Amino acid sequence: METVELLIIGAGPAGLCAAISAVSSGAKVMLVDRNDTLGGQLIKQTHMFFGSEKQYAATRGTDITKILLAEIEKYKENIKIYKNTTALGMYEDGVVTLARNDKYIKVKPKAIIVATGASEKVLAFPNNDLPGIYGAGAVQTLMNVYGVKPGNKVLMVGAGNIGLIVSYQLMQAGVKVEAIIDAAPEIGGYLVHASKIRRLGVPIYTSHIVKEAIGLDYLEKAVLIEVDEKWQKVRGTEKEIDVDVMCISVGLTPLTELLMQKGCEVKYVPELGGLVPTRNENYETSIDNIFVAGDVSGVEEASAAMVEGYLAGLCAADKIGFRHDDFKKLKKDYIEQLHSLRAGPESDKIRGGIAKIERRAQDV
Amino acid sequence: MKAELRIKNHPILEFKKEKILKFKFEEKDYEGYEGETIAVALHASGVKVLGRSEVKNRPRGFYCAIGNCSSCLMIVNGEPNVRTCVVQLEEGMKIERQEGKGELLWKL
Ligand SMILES: Cc1cc2nc3c(=O)[nH]c(=O)nc-3n(C[C@H](O)[C@H](O)[C@H](O)COP(=O)(O)OP(=O)(O)OC[C@H]3O[C@@H](n4cnc5c(N)ncnc54)[C@H](O)[C@@H]3O)c2cc1C
Repeated sequence: METVELLIIGAGPAGLCAAISAVSSGAKVMLVDRNDTLGGQLIKQTHMFFGSEKQYAATRGTDITKILLAEIEKYKENIKIYKNTTALGMYEDGVVTLARNDKYIKVKPKAIIVATGASEKVLAFPNNDLPGIYGAGAVQTLMNVYGVKPGNKVLMVGAGNIGLIVSYQLMQAGVKVEAIIDAAPEIGGYLVHASKIRRLGVPIYTSHIVKEAIGLDYLEKAVLIEVDEKWQKVRGTEKEIDVDVMCISVGLTPLTELLMQKGCEVKYVPELGGLVPTRNENYETSIDNIFVAGDVSGVEEASAAMVEGYLAGLCAADKIGFRHDDFKKLKKDYIEQLHSLRAGPESDKIRGGIAKIERRAQDV
Repeated sequence: MKAELRIKNHPILEFKKEKILKFKFEEKDYEGYEGETIAVALHASGVKVLGRSEVKNRPRGFYCAIGNCSSCLMIVNGEPNVRTCVVQLEEGMKIERQEGKGELLWKL
């Protein structure tokens, strides 16, 4: 069994920031990711980020990864990075099992930060399993990481920020976006994004859903239908469109399996994407020394994921005996950054969700 | 199909496609590039159906492309249940569609 002080599972923005924060406090870290490349969802995000300057707003997601990896590089003596390594299980006796290339490894860390991110939701409609129907993140990976188009004509389902941004990226890649639809009566994403896309000639149909997908071995057509205020289908409003790709962009759900196996308390909080762990202000779960950060603790965006990572890394290191010289100051700063990120009216839902999972009256 | 799915000109991204790798899919010859995952190389060659479902024999393609959803499982060099959306293509790989759950290579 390998000895590890702090194990961080997942090297997206949350995991990378947690690692930086923990090593700069003096802890030794093992950082594992099941992928071959570090950076999580960031590596496929070619657009300039929203958020504030401290969290690299107006920098492309792909460049943020480079900045974080350069920072990690400075501490390389104290960070062991295992790529292509999947955390398989977290057991009662504190053991975590990992699969690395074809090897099975057991570690028993003093503390763990779970930063596994989130996975894409699916939608229910007839033939929703046909090839050609892909998650928005998958479409991004295909075209922004590998330079391959998902197909030639796309229907985007979901007019939130991700749906709008990915539609724009599809057009940049030379793919035709036939339409964007959303079941809600209003566009969920920022209007600047929506107007930009409309100007490029793509219709956005609100109050529309997919009635069914048509195709034998893969998607050939999609049938849309309008819904009324009660979300009921309005008969006679069907529209058939020829598409070879349907891109599903209806949100993400936290990857909490490992936490549930370990027995951490989780709650169903739709505002945060589904089942999420309860935690205190240090991002420690209901089980001692098990911390969370990023989308796994509630789906938000990369800016919050990074600050949560810094905070969880700082507090986890402290918990196992490595207190940063500026611990109090840093902790206050991270908590304030999170507050200001979630301050706007568009974060009402997030704040409501967090109120349901944050356990108070914990040690500071 | 092959030529048209690979992005040639992109306003902000550049894709390094240097080394060509040869592989077999359903016993036929295919090509992809080093650094690509198996599912990406197949997709770029026009292959969308990666397997068939257990009960109703429905076609399966990838869905999440981050190794999560199990929709892209295929048989690679005889080994079933390989997550082809995250496993990198290698020279000479033998790739087959998987039907249902696949057979274990070894017995307990
Ligand atoms: C299309 C799109 C556009 C976006 N645009 C923006 C934007 O403009 N601004 C913004 O702030 N945010 C944006 N986001 C959101 C942002 O990308 C995410 O909120 C952020 O990446 C979450 O970070 P994370 O570290 O929690 O998770 P992730 O980035 O998902 O990283 C999790 C990591 O954990 C690894 N992992 C999971 N399970 C295991 C396991 N069992 N063992 C080992 N490793 C594991 C995964 O491989 C992954 O690398 C966007 C997201 C998408 C999909």
